[in-house]
Amino acid sequence: MSEMVLLGDEAVALAAVHAGLTAAYGYPGTPSTEILEYLIRHGRTHGGPRAEWCANEKTAYEAALGVSYAGRRTMVTMKHVGLNVAADPFMNSALVTVNGGLVVAVADDPGMHSSQNEQDSRVFADFARVVCLEPASHQEAYDMTREAFDISERFHTPVMIRLVTRLAHSRGIVTVGEARAENPPHRDLHSSEWVLLPGNARRQWRALLDRFDDIRAYVAASRFNTVEGGAEGGFGVITTGLARNYFVENLDELPSRPAHLHVGAYPYPAAAIRAFVAPLTRVLLLEEGYPYIERALRGIVPPAHLDIQGRESGEVPPDGELNPDIVRAALGLPARTGVVVPGLSLPNRPPQLCAGCPHGDSFHSITAVLSAFPDAIVTADIGCSTLGALPPYNAIDTCVCMGASVGMAKGAADAGYHPVVAVIGDSTFLHSGVTPLMDAVAADTPMTLIILDNKTVAMTGGQPTLRSSSELEAVVRGLGVPPAHLHVVEAHPRRMAENREILRREVNHRGLSVVIGVRECIETAKRTKQEKTAAAARE
Amino acid sequence: MKFDIILAGVGGQGVLSVSAIIASSAMKEGLAVKQSEVHGMSQRGGAVLANLRLSDRPIASDLIPRGSASLILSMEPLESLRYLEFLSADGTVITATNPVANIADYPPVDEVLAHIRGLPRALTIDAESLARKAGSARATNMVMVGAASPLLPVPFETLEHFVQTVFAGKGAKVVEINLKALHAGRAAASE
Repeated sequence: MSEMVLLGDEAVALAAVHAGLTAAYGYPGTPSTEILEYLIRHGRTHGGPRAEWCANEKTAYEAALGVSYAGRRTMVTMKHVGLNVAADPFMNSALVTVNGGLVVAVADDPGMHSSQNEQDSRVFADFARVVCLEPASHQEAYDMTREAFDISERFHTPVMIRLVTRLAHSRGIVTVGEARAENPPHRDLHSSEWVLLPGNARRQWRALLDRFDDIRAYVAASRFNTVEGGAEGGFGVITTGLARNYFVENLDELPSRPAHLHVGAYPYPAAAIRAFVAPLTRVLLLEEGYPYIERALRGIVPPAHLDIQGRESGEVPPDGELNPDIVRAALGLPARTGVVVPGLSLPNRPPQLCAGCPHGDSFHSITAVLSAFPDAIVTADIGCSTLGALPPYNAIDTCVCMGASVGMAKGAADAGYHPVVAVIGDSTFLHSGVTPLMDAVAADTPMTLIILDNKTVAMTGGQPTLRSSSELEAVVRGLGVPPAHLHVVEAHPRRMAENREILRREVNHRGLSVVIGVRECIETAKRTKQEKTAAAARE
Repeated sequence: MKFDIILAGVGGQGVLSVSAIIASSAMKEGLAVKQSEVHGMSQRGGAVLANLRLSDRPIASDLIPRGSASLILSMEPLESLRYLEFLSADGTVITATNPVANIADYPPVDEVLAHIRGLPRALTIDAESLARKAGSARATNMVMVGAASPLLPVPFETLEHFVQTVFAGKGAKVVEINLKALHAGRAAASE
């Protein structure tokens, strides 16, 4: 037993190591990135377990499935929208007979600090019928992750750990336990348990539903679901996730302590919730995320003698993340004020491309070339390239999900627009841009794809891309992009005139073209240089 | 004892290092600590905020409630004004005076500084020039840790210790510059 100071993400990572992890996989995505980063560092310094970035969340999930099939413990990490990419293996993995413990660590981003939506992964766990544990503290992040592996092996099901930004990226103290040994490889399984032919899948699905009562009973008894206080006054509070902390933060100021049910383990304990609300006349639901339990409690026919308060009735905002002040208001406490300076209005400071970023030069060139075409469409993508939407560039028209720039450019061209330009970063291209480019090749779609190759996964902190910059051209050519319309250029101001000329030519070409603009991310370049200098200084 | 700190700045100014050094020091002194950081998109030149809560009792929320912060410590003047709703009535604002004017509508810096100096308890520090004198403008954030040190519920020696620890990997010269910056900030705050 020893105490450590860890990010929420790191507590999950270390717990996995201590639970006997053999291999972990993931794709970077805020706020989940630090889980696998910790495991990769740990692997380097301790000689294991294996931890690797993958092309995307789906490939990462499938690698984890293989480890589980082989009887060993595995974890796959991603942000909430990454689970959409991994939805196919995730949903189906609930039907196989999980062998080695399989834990899916998903970090949600309520409030959309660095995301396109604020979907709540608890709903996804429900959809797939898998167990979900949601920590509200660093210690719970550690304890729940360790227990998740045991639950996974006990019930032969994947288990989800749902994190949110404020826990993932908050540091706290964790008491850690003894490390457990890894499982030896083993597979004493019937082959039908992992071959989801319709006949087998029907049997496996039914088997899951049959053992789900046992799962529900086990999870309902979890120490992570707690009840405190009596029902005096007829008022109770149900919290999930970090809402518990914001509730406790305000507790001292409440005239009397309401009955309190906290749900940390899912499927939610329906019987316990029914028993909890039975003596109440009013219940307030505080959930960090969607009104998930609230909607279930409200139902289509709400209970007659219970006033249900929460996101759907307006006591809590319908969207966004919670904080101590929102919860305070929902509890009926007067608002607290800070220091107010009359007449002070501050301009916002949104994120932007770094000074000297190669993407900036590329966006200036794109807008310059396209200024001759008032109807031009620029579809863009996730990552630093999204920042082309902001001033001074105002260079892009769309950004929806990983890889969408390519497919959307095809669709917009098919719909009759010209020119259509898709802009995507190198890592996003490898994640989800390759397959839609195949569609565009097959149709020789009149569009231009610009791959901004900064040789790194920049937005999430400079993780390595899966294939090096020099291999990107071969990947694109291998898909069948015509060599005459495939260009690799240096995305540097000194090449501006010739780059713009190439772009102008390809934008006018009525067929598929691809321009790869190469220049290393200045942050990554700076860091590499600093590390070299520091290494030299130490010698 | 409870001491909530709002740490403000612009992506790239080393706000997270400031948070790490104060948090580690407080933990060494046996205080409960919660330290919430913003990673990801806003680190790309946007407004960056970290919540750091120190207490001799367990801390529930990672986020600081409105009107509760004892200190707003900012690496940049405009950013020091962005989170005043979190400052308690008897709280202090300590900010570096050098603007990061990476937005088109940055107000005149004199106006910004006048607003700050009009606050009941405010301290403005020419941190960048002090950092340069210490050896590198990159040590501006350590000047600000020094400037905050008289108010922090941790001994100065503990802060010194963690400045050494955090920068040890970057060589003796970098450690020396950052320690000098720390002392310069403390001296400036005591003037």
